[in-house]
Amino acid sequence: MAAFWAWFVAAGTIGFVIWCVWLIRWASKQAPQNIKDEDLVGHKWDGDLEELNNPAPKWWLYLYFMTIAWGAVYLISYPGLGITEGLLNWSQQGQYEEEMKAAEARYEPIYERFAAMDFETLSQDPEAQRLGGSLFANYCTTCHGSDARGAAGYPNLTDDDWIWGDDELAITTTIRQGRNNVMPNLSPALGGDTGIDNMVNYVRSLSGAVEADAAAMSSQPMFVALCSTCHMANGSGNPLLGGPNLTDDVWLYGSSPEVVRATIVNGRNGVMPPHGVLLGDKRTKILAAYVSSLSNSE
Amino acid sequence: MRHETIEKSVNLMMVLIVVAISIGGLVELVPLMFSADATEPDEGIVPYSALRLAGRDVYVREGCYNCHSQMIRPFRSETERYGPYTTAGETVYDRPFQFGSKRTGPDLARVGGRYSNDWQRLHLIDPRALVPESNMPGYPWLEESTVDTELITTKLRTLRMLGDPYTDAQIASAASEVEGKTEMDALIAYLQELGTNRTARR
Repeated sequence: MAAFWAWFVAAGTIGFVIWCVWLIRWASKQAPQNIKDEDLVGHKWDGDLEELNNPAPKWWLYLYFMTIAWGAVYLISYPGLGITEGLLNWSQQGQYEEEMKAAEARYEPIYERFAAMDFETLSQDPEAQRLGGSLFANYCTTCHGSDARGAAGYPNLTDDDWIWGDDELAITTTIRQGRNNVMPNLSPALGGDTGIDNMVNYVRSLSGAVEADAAAMSSQPMFVALCSTCHMANGSGNPLLGGPNLTDDVWLYGSSPEVVRATIVNGRNGVMPPHGVLLGDKRTKILAAYVSSLSNSE
Repeated sequence: MRHETIEKSVNLMMVLIVVAISIGGLVELVPLMFSADATEPDEGIVPYSALRLAGRDVYVREGCYNCHSQMIRPFRSETERYGPYTTAGETVYDRPFQFGSKRTGPDLARVGGRYSNDWQRLHLIDPRALVPESNMPGYPWLEESTVDTELITTKLRTLRMLGDPYTDAQIASAASEVEGKTEMDALIAYLQELGTNRTARR
């Protein structure tokens, strides 16, 4: 079946080229012999404008033949007919693979050199920084922003607050495997609106956003019971579980009472998608070093 | 036959033009319709589930293809950014395919799993809330309209008639799969699958 269609393409193409040659020769033979020099086309414009029925210039005719000759060379050199590979042995896939191989030969030594560096040095190497910067621009900016300052729900990477930790292992794991940070809705345990309001005030007081009054302080035992698993009893957070620090002035979703309330009442589900498959280990390390430097450079 | 005869008869001219043009189509298009490379699905490629199919139709209706291609060409500059290049075998269930012809936004052929569901939802409602420099329009109304449950069953049946291997069970459960889902849910389900059921992602 495949062979039939290959020959079908070849026959159609070659037949069409031959037909073009015949047509141009036939058409070019028509004109000069049968038409007298003073013959007019027969149209008249604006009362006195007429056109001589001259044949097309010779160079014009030769252009047609040159185009056809170029087409023939092309069909012989490239797999245009479907039955031959072409003399140049070109294929779309082959060209892609060659391009990839050339790139690997050029970039692999650079990646090797960076892979051998320790994380600390890597995060200060200007060349690695440039490379990391373009990786960041491609993979990270859509959520973390082109200035790496994040958006509501997407962490700012330029501050010194790290939800999952700031060492090499933590950052590379985040990039490679992604993170799924679930805050459950525990509000039913807070005993209605007043309880929730008190908890909102208590949580906001941890970072000094508000002064905790007696009502807010009444939520403290509940905070220890419900929230301390991830946020620790004093609210300082636990990077092992991705529980954010509530005592600093960094707020992932916002610090207003409404937003804190929404977080408590609805829960949160923060997802960082895994990038290990897309990046590979060597580039993950370079990117992690770059991300680490974003914070340390402040 | 004189050249003049052809030139002065509109009907004859028309027939000859159609013949000349159809040779291109016959040589370039017809053989592909019989080529396994172009008609057989790649490994792992299955027809869209009911919800994703509904999402695909929202994608087409809203004209996403005007700004987003789904065609990664075999150049390093493209595969480095988007992932492995597109093959004919992975688009066999796209009717019509969503190759697109212009990238105002990025290519979406491998966008599945690149962002979270929440990100997709917030971004579709108001792109600038997450990407301040974006010029993509928002599509907040998708949250307000639900997927038509009757229509989706008809769509699956029609596609089966055209040769997509939907099972009876899939068609029977299609309506319940999209029951109560918004067009936003459907579109996100479609986007999150794009490029993910291929064997190799890099």
